Amino acid sequence: MSRQANRGTESKKMYWYLPFISPSASLHLMNSELFTLTYGALVTQLCKDYENDEDVNKQLDKMGYNIGVRLIEDFLARSNVGRCHDFRETADVIAKVAFKMYLGITPSVTNWSPAGDEFSLILENNPLVDFVELPDNHSGLIYSNLLCGVLRGALEMVQMAIDVKFIQDILKGDNVTEIRLKFIKRIEENLPAGEE
Amino acid sequence: MDTRFTRGKSPILERSLTRPKTEVSLSAFALLFSEIVQYCQNRVYSVSELQNKLSELGQQVGVRILDVLVMREKNGKRETKVINMLLFIKVNVWKALFGKEADKLEQANDDDKTYYIIEKEPLINAYISVPKENSTLNCASFTAGIVEAILSYSGFPAKVTAHWHKGTTLMIKFDESVITRDKALDGR
Repeated sequence: MSRQANRGTESKKMYWYLPFISPSASLHLMNSELFTLTYGALVTQLCKDYENDEDVNKQLDKMGYNIGVRLIEDFLARSNVGRCHDFRETADVIAKVAFKMYLGITPSVTNWSPAGDEFSLILENNPLVDFVELPDNHSGLIYSNLLCGVLRGALEMVQMAIDVKFIQDILKGDNVTEIRLKFIKRIEENLPAGEE
Repeated sequence: MDTRFTRGKSPILERSLTRPKTEVSLSAFALLFSEIVQYCQNRVYSVSELQNKLSELGQQVGVRILDVLVMREKNGKRETKVINMLLFIKVNVWKALFGKEADKLEQANDDDKTYYIIEKEPLINAYISVPKENSTLNCASFTAGIVEAILSYSGFPAKVTAHWHKGTTLMIKFDESVITRDKALDGR
């Protein structure tokens, strides 16, 4: 693979806009099926491109992170949510506002750690997994891992370092899908991201 | 036999086929699609390769939506005539995926194998601006892939490509055999 050629495509980046904000929120909704199937096509492609599930999980997380970094701006512009004062408030905003806005679902927030630095999101209907059945040879695949990256990336942009992972998954035979979020630390403002 | 279908760990076979009410935000889709295009872009060297890759991904979607729509909207009956098949795509498929009918369906004047689906402002391209040096690139290749898979898996092998013309035009070129068969059916 020639590095030069890679550079060539690299420089021709496209510019992406997000839907403009209008008073009628319904203009910004679409049937979830195209979204679900498009995500499925992506996962299928990654499974072809990478040798093992672990690498697919990593790539999904990475792509999710890139999405999260951009999504947070869109979210803050549309939602009129102010700064969250603690992690509990953050949890509420994620579940009741953000998930509702982007995926049309409202996960429940449960299983708080005594210190208040960890909680779980319980997803009853994860739109990413409609029509999905995991084949037996992909037991290591975390199908919706993109979501972890999205949460991590978005929260990082509001100065929160968190750890996100799936601990239950309907696709693996669990009764519910559970995402666990753990607060790690507050990122200092004087170190803007990308400045390393 | 029975157990084979009920023992599975997945409830997917039990699901109702009626149109789900769930909706997601257009931003979510735009962001996901943007990541997909960038991912593909990093693995190819040319615009045409990128379009092929997007088309392949679209085909994955087309294959899957076809059966659901045929069951849901056509009572399980498939189309056998070219024109009905194209209308099924223009109306049913477009409504299911994009919430509206495609703007236009036209046949090429000089060629009975070629049809066009014309979309002034396709959803897929609405939020992308393509750089000048890449101006032939059309991310609607993804949609072209969807259409190609739907046609091919319905027994109408065709090649579908996306072009910048009156907005975005999907050019459908049917296999010779499809048109021959259609004419034969007409004769009956």
